[in-house]
Amino acid sequence: MSSPARKSGGTGIPGILKGLATTARTLATPSHTAEYPDVAPSLPPRSRGVIALLEENCTSCMLCARECPDWCIYIDSHKETIPAATPGGRERQRNVLDRFAIDFSLCMYCGICIEVCPFDALHWSPEFEYSELDIRDLLHEKDRLGQWMPTVPPPPALDEHSAEPAEVAASQKPARGGSRLVPRERPARVRPARVGDESPSGATGATPREAAAAEAQATPPTPDEAGGDQA
Amino acid sequence: MTAVEVVLRAVGVLAAFLVLPLLVGQAEHKVMAHMQGRLGPMYAGGFHGWAQLVADGVKFVQKEDITPAAADRRVFRFAPAVALVPYLVALAVIPLSPSVVAADVPASAVFVLAVTAVGILGTLMAGWASANKYSLLGGMRAAAQLLSYELPMVLAVASVCLAAGSLSLGGIADAWRPAWLLWQLPGAVVFLVAAVAELQRPPFDMPVADSEIVFGAYTEYTGLRFAFFLLAEYAGIVVMSLLFAVLYLGGWHGLFSDQLGWLWTMLKGLVVAVVVIWLRVAWPRLREDQLQRLAWLVLVPLALAQLAITGVWVVVTS
Ligand code: SF4
Ligand code: SF4
Repeated sequence: MSSPARKSGGTGIPGILKGLATTARTLATPSHTAEYPDVAPSLPPRSRGVIALLEENCTSCMLCARECPDWCIYIDSHKETIPAATPGGRERQRNVLDRFAIDFSLCMYCGICIEVCPFDALHWSPEFEYSELDIRDLLHEKDRLGQWMPTVPPPPALDEHSAEPAEVAASQKPARGGSRLVPRERPARVRPARVGDESPSGATGATPREAAAAEAQATPPTPDEAGGDQA
Repeated sequence: MTAVEVVLRAVGVLAAFLVLPLLVGQAEHKVMAHMQGRLGPMYAGGFHGWAQLVADGVKFVQKEDITPAAADRRVFRFAPAVALVPYLVALAVIPLSPSVVAADVPASAVFVLAVTAVGILGTLMAGWASANKYSLLGGMRAAAQLLSYELPMVLAVASVCLAAGSLSLGGIADAWRPAWLLWQLPGAVVFLVAAVAELQRPPFDMPVADSEIVFGAYTEYTGLRFAFFLLAEYAGIVVMSLLFAVLYLGGWHGLFSDQLGWLWTMLKGLVVAVVVIWLRVAWPRLREDQLQRLAWLVLVPLALAQLAITGVWVVVTS
């Protein structure tokens, strides 16, 4: 009865001594336990803590709410009519977000909502310490979701030989020849950093959070401008 | 021996009995924490978590003292004392050096073995009187284990007594020579294993198995009474370690043994206690059948062989 047990997994005297040796070695080495509540952990930028909402980017398209497996995203919106920009022009309608909430007591952090959002309105933030005493407080409304936005780390640098991001390339294309139209001056775009580039956040001494917040405010055109440009 | 001297010696033993187990307990906290790379036991208090034991003590004192309604009240309440006192008595006759010993009785080796065996009665009483089937099971498992391991332990000590030609611990330590380290090694291993099993320490803590059968015979105990059982375990480590040091490591033999003999015994005892703690960290718990197998198929034959070797050697050399 004991012989098959002996053979499997190397028990017996050598195994016993090995156990003693292992514990003795651990005794002699300093422990490298993460002292979490006292020392903040350094998380990789891709950590999934909480979901941040960049409200200006959200078009209330409802894709995220429909794809969410838990149905824990609540969106209310209404349409507003924008009067025509030019006389005789057409009136336009746009969505205005009334409510955007994620119930983190239901969310399973699958990240699908972030994947499907066509307008980069949702982002992973590594912040994970948002536990509450009352489960109802885990329902984050849009102001709370927006507050997570500054904690979102900047996107990773592009590959060294990668193509220009499409929107940057488009904005820098020369106007088509022969056109009577003169290209209008457009606002400068913030170009994502590239591997090997001088890191903008490092150069200015800003923390990644501040850089992300600054970038978040700099890039998105407001729906007003977007609507006006098309006319 | 005058009455005053008797009182002084009794107080001395009592002080040692109250301090040494706590010292072992503290050492266990820290050694285990280091061996497992844990920081928890290093937290309470400032330096190295020195206040952990104090906090534990305060916690035990605060707890309500519960006696189950169906329990045999007198036996239930008496059991922790029965488990604890034998080790106090045993501590009184263990010599730290030829002069530093509370009571120098003639056959002290036999006396210590007999007295420490009484401790099992406390566990049995606790298991029986708790009116709880887990406790009863734990108590019976403990009884089965302690009876099995009593025999190899006595045989191992018998071998040393035979070699020294004395039944007194002082006489044995006097007769000790460094060569005994090799010659009595099988007996020493048997004694150490049996001692750990007697104390129901891992890997032989199957009757208690805190994570499996709700702390065996001590299931119904709370607060201070529970603490007494724990204290009995640590007092047991102290007694067994000192006994091992005196029997197999030569007790007070060492540099300046005339003046510092007692310190040598204490140091050797401390090393043995750390080894006992070490075994707890390194090895998994034995199953009931493995436990009995080890006692009857390994330890008893080993102890008998040691006894035979010692007998032949003594006859040949005398
Ligand atoms: S991450 Fe949460 S909110 Fe987003 S889709 Fe998954 S479950 Fe829904
Ligand atoms: S967060 Fe993105 S996917 Fe969801 S409604 Fe807004 S734009 Fe659509």
